[in-house]
Amino acid sequence: MATSTVESKRKTTTTRNQRLGRSRQQRKRIGDLIAFSLLTLGGIAMLLPFLWMVFTSFKSTAEIYSYPPKLLPREFLWSNYIDAWTLLPFNLFLRNSATVSICVVLGQLFTCSLAGYSFSRLRFPGRDRFFFLYLATMMIPFAVIMIPLYVQMRWMGWVDTLWPMIVPAIFAPWGTFMMRQFMSTLPRELEDAARIDGASFFRIYRAIILPLTKPALATLGIFTFLGSWNDFLWPLIIISSLNLKTIPLGMQAFQSRMPLKTPWELVMAAATFAILPILIAFILGQKYYVQGIVTSGIKGGG
Amino acid sequence: MSQGSVETQLDRATQRKRQSGFGGEIRRAFSGLQGEETRAGYLFILPNLLGFMVFSLFPIVFALYITFTEWNLSKPPAFVGFANFITLWNDPLFWKTFFNTAYYTFVAVPTGVFIAFWLAILMNRKMPGIIFFRTIYFLPQITLTVAAAIVWSWLYQPEFGLFNYLLGLVGIDGPNWLSSTRWAMPAIIIMGNWQGMGFAMLIMLAGLQGVPNELYEAAEIDGANSWQSLRYITVPLMTPTIFFVVVTSLIGAFQGFDQFQIMTQGGPAKSTTTLVMYIYQNGFSFFKMGYGSALAFALFVTILIITFVQWQLANRWVYGFQQD
Repeated sequence: MATSTVESKRKTTTTRNQRLGRSRQQRKRIGDLIAFSLLTLGGIAMLLPFLWMVFTSFKSTAEIYSYPPKLLPREFLWSNYIDAWTLLPFNLFLRNSATVSICVVLGQLFTCSLAGYSFSRLRFPGRDRFFFLYLATMMIPFAVIMIPLYVQMRWMGWVDTLWPMIVPAIFAPWGTFMMRQFMSTLPRELEDAARIDGASFFRIYRAIILPLTKPALATLGIFTFLGSWNDFLWPLIIISSLNLKTIPLGMQAFQSRMPLKTPWELVMAAATFAILPILIAFILGQKYYVQGIVTSGIKGGG
Repeated sequence: MSQGSVETQLDRATQRKRQSGFGGEIRRAFSGLQGEETRAGYLFILPNLLGFMVFSLFPIVFALYITFTEWNLSKPPAFVGFANFITLWNDPLFWKTFFNTAYYTFVAVPTGVFIAFWLAILMNRKMPGIIFFRTIYFLPQITLTVAAAIVWSWLYQPEFGLFNYLLGLVGIDGPNWLSSTRWAMPAIIIMGNWQGMGFAMLIMLAGLQGVPNELYEAAEIDGANSWQSLRYITVPLMTPTIFFVVVTSLIGAFQGFDQFQIMTQGGPAKSTTTLVMYIYQNGFSFFKMGYGSALAFALFVTILIITFVQWQLANRWVYGFQQD
């Protein structure tokens, strides 16, 4: 009699644990379901402007002003894109943006990695004081610099050219800061071995440090590219001729040219292919961009 | 013998003089094996340093100088001392733009961080499709602000825009959004949050993943439900991350320009003109370089104060902040 009660008690205990385990699993599944649906709702909200932009770009003018607004166009007017492209010289805008951004990225990658290596690895008097200077200027908002920088550009005769958007950006302190931070995490043993073998510092930089910093270089490249491509205020100050405008300026010109009877479908078409290059660049370099943000966040937050 | 020792004593004295002080430091730096390192060091930073000095350092000093002048670029600058700052203090438009900027900053950032926090919590699960979600939520961040602003202008269009249509479906008569002095700024706040949330969310997500799992397990053993573990473990340990996001977002939001310029051009009735826009107008529409610089410094000082206050407050609520 006693043994059977003990056995039956043991049986009930096991099933209770199983029940608890199952209910915890169930709770997690329900939680996942709720999270998933909320995220999907939010995701739709996030994507809605993009979807609306793309669909509007294919509509005809009559459809745009129809009420209630329909999501999908009746037929896909690819001609809108051609019209938008020819209304303003978008090929020039694209060329300008690409020129500026690529030059800035290449320039930054080169000078900042070199300087970053020097700041993190080489010893020379005043090194830390100089670096502190870099750090201090990073805190200054752009609005403070933009007026004197404009005057300087005037002195150099660079107003209304592409130079002001390339040269100052190459020397932005942020890139050097990032490179230096990353390089100081690299192990010293490789360099010491190379030094003992008599390698020059440049050789060490080129053959050892550079290959190891590829992820940081990729991150810096992506950040710089996006920042340069999206820059609006500074080009607005510098550029006045239509042919030298970059894509953000071109978009604004588009919008401001036709205030009253805005052909929204053309504007949306322009917006779509303004966004396209960065979208592609982002999808390709997504890993590095995300990593870059995360590491800076952890460093700053932790 | 004594002559030789005097000479050697003199030599030793000059030698010691050469070795000491800054001159000695420089000499040591450039000699021998260290010399090669020093030369390489300077050489490598030279391009970067020169460019930095010309395009980052000099402008700052120059800006300070311009602040004390009145200059419209067609005549040489006239020194006016603190006159620009006095004008600034008495300028109602300055205070209006200051208020606008503060309104935007102190509404957009808390709401954005709040939403981003919850988004990050939702995303911090082992579920299929997380990367997909993360990309979607981050997409607005990398979009051209100008393009996004244009699209949102269209969405906010009172008669044909999507938003008023959707509001109409639930029986609400949507306002004139960007043409209304009351709703223009909230409209831009919503757009700004849509765009800026990806950044905050990503950092929060990383912060969440830094919270050690053992704490959650220990709490579960002690019988805590998920709400309690959220409140007593997650939130306190996330405070450093939240702090970082808040501070960087505040600094960024206070300098907002692009979307305001595109969506409303600062109207209606200057209700959406931000400080940076006002600086831009003064500097490049009216060519009042001195006043513009003074405004810019006011902006800088404000940001410093905000950051400083945040830093001080952090001692109270950020976990592990009391280090010094």
